[in-house]
Amino acid sequence: MTSQAGAVAAPRVAVGTRRRQRSVMTFRRQAMLQLLCLLITATVLFPILWIVSIAVDPRNIARPDGLNLIPPGATLDAFAQVIRQPTQNPVSFMQLALNSLVIAALVSTASVTIGVLAAYAFSRLQFRGREFLMIAVLAVLMLPAVATIAPLFVSLNKIQVGTFNLRASLIGVALAVTSGQLPFAIWNMKGYLDTIPRDLEEAASVDGANRFQIFWRIILPLSKPVIAVTAFFGFIAGWTEFYFSWMFLTGDPKQWTLAMTLNGMVGQYAGNTPWSQFAAYAILVALPVSVVYLYLQKYIISGLTIGGVKG
Amino acid sequence: MTAITAAAPTPRRSFWRRSQNARTAYMFLFPALIVMAVITFYPLVFQIWMSFTDYGLKNLRATAPAPNYVGLANYGRILDNNIVIPNFDFVRILVFNLFWAFSNVVIHVVLGVIVALILNTKGLRLKRFYRAIFILPVVIPQIIVATVWRNMFDPTHGAINFLLQGTIGVLFKLPPDTFNMDWLNQPNPIIAFGPFILPLAYFALLTANVWLGWPLNSVVATGALQSVPNDLYEAAEMDGAGFWEKFKTVTLPYLRPAMLPYAIYGFVITFNLFYLSYFMSGGGPFGQTELLVTTAYRLVNEQQLYGVAAAFAVFEFFILLAITLVTNRLAKATAQFDA
Repeated sequence: MTSQAGAVAAPRVAVGTRRRQRSVMTFRRQAMLQLLCLLITATVLFPILWIVSIAVDPRNIARPDGLNLIPPGATLDAFAQVIRQPTQNPVSFMQLALNSLVIAALVSTASVTIGVLAAYAFSRLQFRGREFLMIAVLAVLMLPAVATIAPLFVSLNKIQVGTFNLRASLIGVALAVTSGQLPFAIWNMKGYLDTIPRDLEEAASVDGANRFQIFWRIILPLSKPVIAVTAFFGFIAGWTEFYFSWMFLTGDPKQWTLAMTLNGMVGQYAGNTPWSQFAAYAILVALPVSVVYLYLQKYIISGLTIGGVKG
Repeated sequence: MTAITAAAPTPRRSFWRRSQNARTAYMFLFPALIVMAVITFYPLVFQIWMSFTDYGLKNLRATAPAPNYVGLANYGRILDNNIVIPNFDFVRILVFNLFWAFSNVVIHVVLGVIVALILNTKGLRLKRFYRAIFILPVVIPQIIVATVWRNMFDPTHGAINFLLQGTIGVLFKLPPDTFNMDWLNQPNPIIAFGPFILPLAYFALLTANVWLGWPLNSVVATGALQSVPNDLYEAAEMDGAGFWEKFKTVTLPYLRPAMLPYAIYGFVITFNLFYLSYFMSGGGPFGQTELLVTTAYRLVNEQQLYGVAAAFAVFEFFILLAITLVTNRLAKATAQFDA
């Protein structure tokens, strides 16, 4: 890794040492390890290639009849069909995506803005009740999100104004998801803030800045990576949310989310869904978040918060 | 951390003490406390109250009467398996759930470390390419992974049976429909030993979750491997240590502190993994791959037994608490053993 940083100054040296290291390995050993790595690559790629190959199958078959990497005459018809109308319900992909986007945006914004303030207090300030509150947050973090579904359902259901029922609305679902996501956001960001050196704040304090100025001008700009990652995890939680929306959004299919519709395309409900459409739909749901995930990967791995999506 | 603050000169300390004022802290905490009080802590307390009542559909309307107090009846019903869910057996679900989490984490950690070791080999070509590919399972949303694998294990149209037919079937010249295993619904369990039952569906779920789980362990292990000083290996080589000895004396002590907390974390995550069980096997066959989380969900969503579901969640909380305490104790005990 150091060779990367120093590549501009002394590229030839870096290349030279690399060559020498490589020659340490015998050809046979290299070939064996390459074979092993290729085998692992094949297992990793297998489900991904399979789903892509079904999605572009031109025959619009209900069920696949074998393994074809790129079926002859591949088309994007299934994608077009799914974008127009994924299931029998008269709802377009865009409508579903918009509903999921509302939940995702609400969860992401709420958990990050509220969470980063609390994270700062836990990371930097001493106050009565700090330990107690931190344990309270941790205890909730340990619980699966499903564990509070019963009380959330009945409590949100009590809040009805006219025909509006908070439980049966996208906001209600977003509240339920945030309930599980906020403790994770606090904990995740606290962990990162702990690693920011305190000297900066002391210097600013000597210059006469108060706590809020320090937080706004020094801490926030320095925590951009963890804020991006936490916001992104909140976004995924909302974008792919299933159990709350499946339980809460009982009314109009126009209110459904992406994951609810996906559930209608597999298993017992999927009698009429051609697999090519299921495959195209799965790719459309996964692609946006997967691409962003790949892009944010380096921050996620450095913070070791990876995989922190609460299940 | 303590060493740093202890060694700090006086002006430093006074800065942190000056700001040790609770009012500022609570101003930062205020939004989080309000929100969590309403949507997290209140539901948890409400849940405990609910668990002592017969809360059901009839109590849902805003104007509905309050539910009746039933004492510990809900808890008793769960332990007696007196619930409408077919094939409900609390002990069997708990045993399966524990084994599910344990078996997954062991395989994830072992595979993760092996792949990390391979990719850490000096002079291996295309390392970056492999690292980029191997992270892919992590970045795909779990619900997509679960639904795609469900279709892959389809008995007649699934990729797994096609693959087995195309490799083993062709290699041994087996007749064309040898591989039509009904992976997710095959009714006869592979292993049945009292409450410990593993149907074929368990192995399908395991396959999917291994695909999903090892790459992250590999990332964590790679991070730990890169912190091993090179001279230690050279010194060990000079002492004539073989691969296995080098691994045991040099690599393992560096891997442990990173892998152990991650394994514990992975255990809890896998223990609560909703999507695979719910979407792949649907808990089947005969509820044998049901987990605590999916059962809790069915109690609320399908049975609308909110009171019983609340009692179930309270059980779940204590089980998770016990797991956390036990794993922390184990982690500490084994750490001391090494030091």
